[in-house]
Amino acid sequence: MTEFVQYVVVGLANGGVYATLALALVLIHRATGIVNFAQGEMGMFATFIAWSLINHHGLPYWVAFFVTLLIAFLGGAGIHQAVIRPLERGSALTVVMATIALLIVLNGLAGWIWAPDAKFMQSPFPLKVLHVGGVVMNVQDLGVIGVSLLCVAVVFLFFRFTRLGLQMRAAAVGPATSRLLGIRVPLMLSLGWGLAAMLSAVSGMMAAPFVQLDPNFMLLILTYSFAAAVLGGIDSPVGSVVGAFLIGVGISVLSGYARDFLGGELQLPVALAVLLGVLVLRPAGLFGRVVVRRV
Amino acid sequence: MALLTLDNVEARYGPIKALHGVSLVVEEGQAVSLLGANGAGKTTTLRAVSGTVRKTGEIAFGGKRISGCGPETIARLGIAHVPEGRGIYAELTVWENVVLGGSTRRGGRTVKQDAERALQYFPRIAGRRSQQAGTLSGGEQQMLALARALVARPRLLMLDEPSLGLAPTAVQEFYRVVRALNQEEGLTVLVVEQNARIALVSTQHAYVLEVGRVALSGASDQLSRHEGVRASYLGY
Repeated sequence: MTEFVQYVVVGLANGGVYATLALALVLIHRATGIVNFAQGEMGMFATFIAWSLINHHGLPYWVAFFVTLLIAFLGGAGIHQAVIRPLERGSALTVVMATIALLIVLNGLAGWIWAPDAKFMQSPFPLKVLHVGGVVMNVQDLGVIGVSLLCVAVVFLFFRFTRLGLQMRAAAVGPATSRLLGIRVPLMLSLGWGLAAMLSAVSGMMAAPFVQLDPNFMLLILTYSFAAAVLGGIDSPVGSVVGAFLIGVGISVLSGYARDFLGGELQLPVALAVLLGVLVLRPAGLFGRVVVRRV
Repeated sequence: MALLTLDNVEARYGPIKALHGVSLVVEEGQAVSLLGANGAGKTTTLRAVSGTVRKTGEIAFGGKRISGCGPETIARLGIAHVPEGRGIYAELTVWENVVLGGSTRRGGRTVKQDAERALQYFPRIAGRRSQQAGTLSGGEQQMLALARALVARPRLLMLDEPSLGLAPTAVQEFYRVVRALNQEEGLTVLVVEQNARIALVSTQHAYVLEVGRVALSGASDQLSRHEGVRASYLGY
């Protein structure tokens, strides 16, 4: 039992990393109608900026954290204005190709700026363990869970209870109507891209201390987050978060108990099998709505 | 005083010309109907005003030239366009839809007060504010679209075929509110209609469009006695 709880805590920490990135993917999908394949690299790039602010410019961790969020927001909104918006009249495929190009550019740029050798990102949380009723919990894991849940909650409250959040939702689901109501749709979409970039930055900064910081460290996380978003329903923000925690905990528990035949090598195939299974059995995802169109 | 003037407005969808030089005037406080057959250019005329179609010619609103402005700017100047098909956000709630009508305004509290007030015109939807708007009937969605337009506190309300697909009683109920808004609150209204009968009794002035041009115009009660209009649009 204690073993199980420990696996769950580790899984929830991973799930938190996936949840913030999966939520970013869903926000973009709702606003622009495409999957942003560069979402992970935007988080990776932001994490390098945070690393550099802390290690080269001597900023305290949390100051660097919030400065990075601000830079990520501006970067995300800027990418929408400069790259995505001019392509919006084209097909969805064009925009998707642009995000793949963006992925490669950001990846190469990070390698060029910060040299391709691995670095280590510090964690804001102490490397300590807590003993709660026989269960050993890593404080870093708990911190990641807390920060991720907090960010997700803030995003939900923002969309649910603020005027700007409502206008951003309206611009995403009904751009033509929104323009007639005087809502500045391109601006709203840019804000959405900025917000998604901030979420990716959180995901990257939370994940980096557990791995080596190199330009490719978000690729695997993007795959898991994408699986989470599809599992929950690519248009459902709640679904993506639930899906992320399910995948995080599921993989942690599975690989914990079945370590012998389901070691590290098989984690990714399991996640992708989940993705395939969902696509086959329930294409709209757990929380997705099946949209019926009259033809 | 003229609130809205169109002078020789032409518009096209790709190679197809929809408006061949429409000129019309809507006076402040007036209710005006725009009648005509399918494809006559009624909807395109409203789109030209709200800036959602490419056009040439001059359009002025409140003495200001708006032909070069985008839809967001035109909405902010005080033109509320309820499009054909109503443009309801199906997945948002009734209340969220209404509040979004105030997007052009500053101050969330007064917007909420206005949203409450606008809903009072339509008791049928007022009690269902947390319901998803897509689950409303066609008539209720039309009422919702009008309530939402009012929250913008427009100087000009443009309605595109509000009677389309509505039950006869819903049409009557809807136009009762439109007449009240025009006659009691002095709201200027420009309404496009296929249902000429209800439009003519609800407005003071009318234009008849034929193949992208104004073919006929005059006081609504005179037009409803006009033989051509009776034969073509009123059916008696």
